[in-house]
Amino acid sequence: MSQAATELVRISGHAGPVPGAGLDREFTVCKLVDTTTCIGCKACEVACLEWNGYPFSETKFDNSYQTMPETAWNYWNLIKFNEHEREDGTLMLLMRKDQCMHCADPGCLAACPADGAIVQYANGIVDFQEANCIGCGYCMSGCPFNIPKFSPEARKVFKCTLCNDRVSVGLEPACIKACPTGCLHFGTKNEMKELAETRARQLREHSGFADAGVYDPPGVGGTHVIYVLHDAKHPELYGGLPNDPQVPLMVRLWKEPLKWIGNLGIIVGVVGIFIHYLRFGPKVVKGERKANGSEGENL
Amino acid sequence: MSREPYLLPNGRVLRYTFHERLVHWLTGVSYVYLLLTGLAFWSPWLFWIAIILGGATISRELHPWVGLVFTVGVSMMYRMWHRQMKETPADKTWWAAIGHYIRNEDDQVPSADRFNPGQKLLFWGFFWNGILLLLTGLILWFPQYIPWSLGFLRLAAVFLHPVFALCTIALFIIHVYMGTAMERGAFGSVIRGDVSRAWANEHHHTWYQQLLRDSTARK
Ligand code: HEM
Ligand code: SF4
Repeated sequence: MSQAATELVRISGHAGPVPGAGLDREFTVCKLVDTTTCIGCKACEVACLEWNGYPFSETKFDNSYQTMPETAWNYWNLIKFNEHEREDGTLMLLMRKDQCMHCADPGCLAACPADGAIVQYANGIVDFQEANCIGCGYCMSGCPFNIPKFSPEARKVFKCTLCNDRVSVGLEPACIKACPTGCLHFGTKNEMKELAETRARQLREHSGFADAGVYDPPGVGGTHVIYVLHDAKHPELYGGLPNDPQVPLMVRLWKEPLKWIGNLGIIVGVVGIFIHYLRFGPKVVKGERKANGSEGENL
Repeated sequence: MSREPYLLPNGRVLRYTFHERLVHWLTGVSYVYLLLTGLAFWSPWLFWIAIILGGATISRELHPWVGLVFTVGVSMMYRMWHRQMKETPADKTWWAAIGHYIRNEDDQVPSADRFNPGQKLLFWGFFWNGILLLLTGLILWFPQYIPWSLGFLRLAAVFLHPVFALCTIALFIIHVYMGTAMERGAFGSVIRGDVSRAWANEHHHTWYQQLLRDSTARK
């Protein structure tokens, strides 16, 4: 799935066809989170910490099961709980695993000014390269999901890597491995999309969730983390999942029209003064004479 | 320090006191640093500037601190010059003659006081944009303390900070050109402080005539 490098195209001195040649492999990866089968056990939170080597952070109790209000620079994976009262008066405990969505059109990357601090791999993973990060925090403004977090100690920004280090050697992300209910799946984008749609159909047809659906927001070009929701019409109920996330308009205007207008303005200004000098020259003070009698030098 | 005499015994005119020159360069040097590091983050094509200036991380760390130095410079400038920078009704006639000024037809330009209306525009442009750059810059400095619900502040800052910077850049280009190449003698006035009498009479006639009156009154 991730390993374009292991796919053979030609083999020297080899009789017969190349094994695997002509494969139509799909390299994209995708994480599927089925919120309808999540039990809120937080095994994925722990697995994420363990794999990435962060200590367990202090929890913040807020009258729910939630570990802390939002993800942190060293806490990339958080189950968001919401006790939702439905129209018929019954209660539903909605749980969503919050982490980087690995957008196909990542706002963090669009906003970042540092060469090579954020990269997007062909498999869809959006990864921060902390060695190149300058700590400006622009990515925090670009992301519609409130994911990149600033570390005061490192003075750099961190977030979920989709376990790039595991995926690139053929393993599944740590959170997937830890999930006891099978609510987390990992595969190619197409596989996961299909599985998610099947599950959503099941929920609609057999479980009475007429609005069940898949969350793969087109506003950011789709994501490499997708959700199955019982109520896809109201994603905000799931710990504030945005309904129609977009790369912020301000970021778009700043990085495109403003940049070009500004650059053009600066160039026109510099060329303009040069032309002015050629045409009109310096201001000469009358009555000023240099020792050699020429007019105009008065420094 | 503002008590220094303006007509020097050597026949020249002291245009800027030591204090004024110091404040000018405090502001100027810090501005140039802000401009260079700011441009480095503005465009990937200019990122090399940050690398030359000690690395992008250092540039990012220092830019806001130097911003505070710049703010101090602008504040001191405000204290020492804001009265002389006040707009007067006569400024309108000067602006009406701006075409002559641009074409160096200076005999058709109304006479200027210590600062001509163009210099006043530069001053107030830097003053107001300086305040706005400080406000937006403070948000950019500490994005981690802006809660998610106030995210629009961060978005406004990333967009507006360079807008205000561009406004100052427009003024800055003209200012540097006029101060070095176009208006001979002006550069010396912010380095050594003095100008020739003819220069003072030509470019700041009203001011120079007042100096003459003051010095005869003192005698
Ligand atoms: C007055 C106080 C100022 C403060 C506190 C401030 C702060 C900041 C901060 C925190 C950033 C983000 C990146 C970095 O840290 O370098 C930034 C970017 C920038 N600053 Fe400032 N700044 C100030 C003044 C100025 C001035 C006077 C200029 C004039 C040229 C300027 C031009 C820029 C530019 C062009 C950027 C990059 C904008 C972009 O990426 O599009 N700043 N500033
Ligand atoms: S969710 Fe945020 S941090 Fe993750 S790829 Fe999208 S914009 Fe970047």
